[in-house]
Amino acid sequence: MISLAGRDVLHAWGKFVFTGMGLGLLIGVTLTMAGVYRGMVDDAKVLLNNSGADLWVVQQGTLGPYAEPSSLHDDVYRGILSMPGVASAANVTYLTMQVGEGKRDVRTMVVGIVPGGPGEPGYLIAGRQITRSHYEAVVDEKTGFKLGQKIRIRRNDYTVVGLTRRMVSSGGDPMVFIPLKDAQEAQFLKDNDAIINERKRTAANPAFNKPGVLDAVLESQNHNPFVNAVLVQIRPGFTPEQVAEPIRRWKRLQVYSRAQMEDILVAKLIATSAKQIGMFLVILAIVSAAIVAFIIYTLTMGKIREIAVLKLIGTRNRTIAGMIMQQAVGLGLIGFIVGKISATIWAPMFPKYVLLLPDDSLRGFFAVVLICILASIMAIRAALKVDPAEAIGG
Amino acid sequence: MEPSTNTQGILIEAVRKVYGEGDTAVEALKEVNMQVMPGEVVGLIGPSGSGKSTLLKSLGAVIEPSAGRMTLGNQVIYDNGWKIKDLRALRRDKIGFVFQAPYLIPFLDVTDNVALLPMLAGKSNKESRQRALELLEALDVAHRAKAMPSELSGGEQQRVAIARALVNRPPVILADEPTAPLDSQRALAVIRILNQMAEQYQTAIIVVTHDEKIIPTFKRIYHIRDGRTHEEAGEGRPFD
Ligand SMILES: Nc1ncnc2c1ncn2[C@@H]1O[C@H](COP(=O)(O)OP(=O)(O)OP(=O)(O)O)[C@@H](O)[C@H]1O
Ligand SMILES: [Mg+2]
Repeated sequence: MISLAGRDVLHAWGKFVFTGMGLGLLIGVTLTMAGVYRGMVDDAKVLLNNSGADLWVVQQGTLGPYAEPSSLHDDVYRGILSMPGVASAANVTYLTMQVGEGKRDVRTMVVGIVPGGPGEPGYLIAGRQITRSHYEAVVDEKTGFKLGQKIRIRRNDYTVVGLTRRMVSSGGDPMVFIPLKDAQEAQFLKDNDAIINERKRTAANPAFNKPGVLDAVLESQNHNPFVNAVLVQIRPGFTPEQVAEPIRRWKRLQVYSRAQMEDILVAKLIATSAKQIGMFLVILAIVSAAIVAFIIYTLTMGKIREIAVLKLIGTRNRTIAGMIMQQAVGLGLIGFIVGKISATIWAPMFPKYVLLLPDDSLRGFFAVVLICILASIMAIRAALKVDPAEAIGG
Repeated sequence: MEPSTNTQGILIEAVRKVYGEGDTAVEALKEVNMQVMPGEVVGLIGPSGSGKSTLLKSLGAVIEPSAGRMTLGNQVIYDNGWKIKDLRALRRDKIGFVFQAPYLIPFLDVTDNVALLPMLAGKSNKESRQRALELLEALDVAHRAKAMPSELSGGEQQRVAIARALVNRPPVILADEPTAPLDSQRALAVIRILNQMAEQYQTAIIVVTHDEKIIPTFKRIYHIRDGRTHEEAGEGRPFD
């Protein structure tokens, strides 16, 4: 037996290929949407991995530092260092802000780190880590900044000494690492007018009107003693929970392990985006199904006479249904191939990381086949209703 | 199907067909009696609405008569409400259809349009194509065997359609206005071919027609009027 579906497709291949390509672009968009979600999850994991931390110590009652604001005194880490199982601990600050280079302005997440401590980027693709405690920066390549360039954060210029890759915030902004002290200052830094006003207000407060006190208070106001979190590395032989428990109890701080942090990022922070993307996937699936159904239905309706003849000369209903279904699946296959290729081509052009997982492609493939089979049902029903007597005519 | 088993040709006894029910019922066939012997080509003529197509559809096992008895070859296919079970296989194996328009499958080439029938009956592709080619040869269209239907002339298409009707060696061929779109020379050629095939394969052939060009060629003609048949001798003129 010959393949009726195959012959029909070869006969009308132009229609098929063009429809398949249209469908393919739609499937490409669908795969990309899935890739955007995977990219977000992966970015979150990379963010956690590259921070080099085993535990995140944050302000009590918060989901900080990525999902909620968190503020800790910058001397808290000393107490943590003395807790059992702690190998190292370092302050870290996070601040989303515009960073300028020449006329350009890039939205970034500025991370204040202690050079050499946890929080430092795990690997560099060029240059070196920050070694001085002022005015050096390591930037993610997605910022577009180059080694040796001067970048401006608030009122200070920083020299780019190193480049990293895949260091982005959970919002997708590339990271800029600068020394902790500078970051604290940047976070706190007020404009000159604000400083003068603040001084006036403090000086007007009668409570400070004693010798020496006013100067001391003014001095303390010029310094920002807060950080967003303390990153902790634990000693071998300790489980994260063993170390986290005493810190929670004695220091009255919130402590998250790697797994908990991942849960916060993926389940809480990305959850809404995931639902958003899920909604898109559903709509795209429906639109694809509608397109396949419409095309296959139209193609089938154009063949009613032939189908009547096929039935009259003794073709089984099963054979005719198979022919239509194979064409629908064939259309889906063309679409899938086109979609996979286009998604692969355009994924790197997206500003945020798009991760195309082979597993997602496989799932997409089965979904396409399933959708095509379902979409062909309408055409099959129409074809099975065709009366072979129609071939004989009046 | 060996020609020798086709002892009966076509036998139609008191067939009646009513479309619809109650007030809207139409009695398309009142009493039809016909017999076509193996190897014979018989004309069926009658005015519009007289029931010709209804008779062909009943005989072609796509509609069910209301009463009567029909025998194809050596097999009773309908007897007052009883009918054989596998009508699809009956159509495939026992009946060849030729229509006013050839109705070839546009996406199959000439050979496969003909070979499709033996393939549907379970024959191998090779054997089916071989049989198809033999018939295309006999019908003088073998040189177009690889062409698509849209590339053929009307006459060539009709010959391919005849080859398709014949390829499973059915004991019966039902032709509904097979010459209507053809000029008189081509129309006569089609009739000649049908007569040759009838003789060669001992096929019983009914040709429904209005076509004045070919009516004189039949040796026997059935007239149908108001759902009743009357047999008549034809002129039996030569068609060459
Ligand atoms: N499906 C149907 N339902 C109801 N009545 C029908 C149906 N098909 C045919 N008829 C009626 O049965 C009668 C015979 O119709 P039929 O098609 O057999 O005529 P015909 O001889 O083939 O005519 P023509 O030469 O115009 O093709 C007509 O009165 C027609 O209106
Ligand atoms: Mg008719």
